[in-house]
Amino acid sequence: MNLDLVLLAVADGVSYAGLLFMVSLGLTLVFGVMGIVNVAHGALYAFGGYAASSLTLLAMPQNPPTAALLLILPLAALLVGVVLGTAIEAGLLRRIQGRDPIQQLLMTFAGFMVLEDVQRLVWGTQPYSAPEVISRLGTVSFFNVTYTSYQLILIPLMALVSYAGLMFFLRFTSAGRQVVAVTHHREMATALGINAKRVGWLTFVLGASLGALGGAMAAPTTSMVPGAGADMIVLSFAVVATAGMGQITGALLASLMIGLTRAAAVYMAPEWEVAVPYLIMVLVLLVRPDGLFSVAQARRI
Amino acid sequence: MINLIGFTGAVLCLLLGWQFPWSKTPLIMGLCYGLASLGVSIMMRAGQVSFGHALYAAIGAYTVAFMARAYPGMDGMLMLFFAVIVSAAAGALVGVFVVRYRGIFFGMLNLALSMVVYAMLGKMYDISGGTDGLRLDRPAMLGSVLERADFESALLLLVVLSAVFMVWLVQRYSKSAAGEALSGIKSNETRLEYLGMSARLIMWQAYVFSALLVGLSGGLFALVQGLVTPDIGAWFRSGEYVFIAVLGGSGHAMGAFLGAVVFEVVKLFAAAYMTGIWQMLLGLTLIFVIILAPDGIVGLLRKRRAVDAGEQA
Repeated sequence: MNLDLVLLAVADGVSYAGLLFMVSLGLTLVFGVMGIVNVAHGALYAFGGYAASSLTLLAMPQNPPTAALLLILPLAALLVGVVLGTAIEAGLLRRIQGRDPIQQLLMTFAGFMVLEDVQRLVWGTQPYSAPEVISRLGTVSFFNVTYTSYQLILIPLMALVSYAGLMFFLRFTSAGRQVVAVTHHREMATALGINAKRVGWLTFVLGASLGALGGAMAAPTTSMVPGAGADMIVLSFAVVATAGMGQITGALLASLMIGLTRAAAVYMAPEWEVAVPYLIMVLVLLVRPDGLFSVAQARRI
Repeated sequence: MINLIGFTGAVLCLLLGWQFPWSKTPLIMGLCYGLASLGVSIMMRAGQVSFGHALYAAIGAYTVAFMARAYPGMDGMLMLFFAVIVSAAAGALVGVFVVRYRGIFFGMLNLALSMVVYAMLGKMYDISGGTDGLRLDRPAMLGSVLERADFESALLLLVVLSAVFMVWLVQRYSKSAAGEALSGIKSNETRLEYLGMSARLIMWQAYVFSALLVGLSGGLFALVQGLVTPDIGAWFRSGEYVFIAVLGGSGHAMGAFLGAVVFEVVKLFAAAYMTGIWQMLLGLTLIFVIILAPDGIVGLLRKRRAVDAGEQA
């Protein structure tokens, strides 16, 4: 294996890890704050992708500038996140608040099943893709490798911006600190005058938008097909569990680890490609049962 | 009351299959789903939901297919026996690791393992036939070579008998010390440990039992379909088993089969009148069940009985 192939694999891995991280970030945020594993997150990814493709196709006849095309992606994600996030949070999760976490998980699983069919009704089964942005942004070359700048620079950049933005939000803004307070102790936070219900909604919409953002950013690079959401949710679960549930910085490292290993597998042992993320997860969980970056918790009797 | 439903159901299955030969395959499939969901519902008694139990269905089914290929002319019952043994052994091995985990991690670890096997089955073309799967000829049952119609009747009888036996066995198990301790894991595991019982050992026993049940259903699937593809171990299969187990409720072993009936009815209804949105119908059913009847159909029946008893008193 020569250097060019190694570089190519690294580029693939970083770009893929960027997408994976955005989706996992939303998943781990919602889990960290609400204690819910949101299976419907996969549907949000798919909706984000489809919405971004549709909006791009809609805008194309006007021959929009590149900046506008780029702006469409996060806008589509925000739209999907607010609409669907509110629907799932208020329509499903609030009804079974405080129940067994397994029932909450099954509830989002049911929501996922419904959304999968809604997606099929709206966009049909033919593949959707909107690769215009990629060709507009051109390519970058380093050593002997040429790669699209969208995938190599913009996606990882967007992932890092999401990460930094979320960290800033949680640490330095009032709303973000309220989220942290609710995560820490819901009852205490409510007693201090924090509207836990509103914080729950805000977190869920934020998480949902991040999931949709992953889809929207993926839309130009792949074509969206039915089933894309299911693949993504299982994979981002693996990332979140490897990192430790609710660990934001951990998810960043776990995405990179899984993204790079998967890219390496594509070049060296393609038949292992699909299995690699899960193998990593199993190996990590065998050694550290709560994930790589988990923090010890007191046992309640 | 629930026992009565069970026996009536078993007799009804046989009568239906005898009167309407076309109904034999859907009945066998439905009962196989019930058997697998029964396995999943055992773990639910401990409050643990596995999103990867289809792994054992795949192990059972591929065991049958490998046996049929390696030893042509082997008896179907013997293949099934091996399917059960191999899947229970796999469950015993995997169980050693997964019983250390609870809640989300238990579910996810099972899912991850099943995904690895599923991916491998699809890729290892030389061994597993890849995504095309493996075909197997109709084997002899208990020494007699049967025509297609008779073979299906024999399988139906076999499935109904195994279902009745397994329901009885699971009920016996749930009333045993180990079975009662298993539900103790759900209510308070720490207290269970303080009583001097090993929660892991109890979980492990239950896990092996559940793997055996799902493996049996996988072996039966292989026999009735005559074709084994990796899809039998796919995560959505595991999801369907969980769905049925939740729908029926884990309070009584019959729950899995009642859930399977509802599942099949919704699926048939959707296929006939609303093609393309059957998943949505299943999802909506699940939402209503979780909100209105969190203990499933069995929970509803029990509550009803409790109300009746209360009126008489």
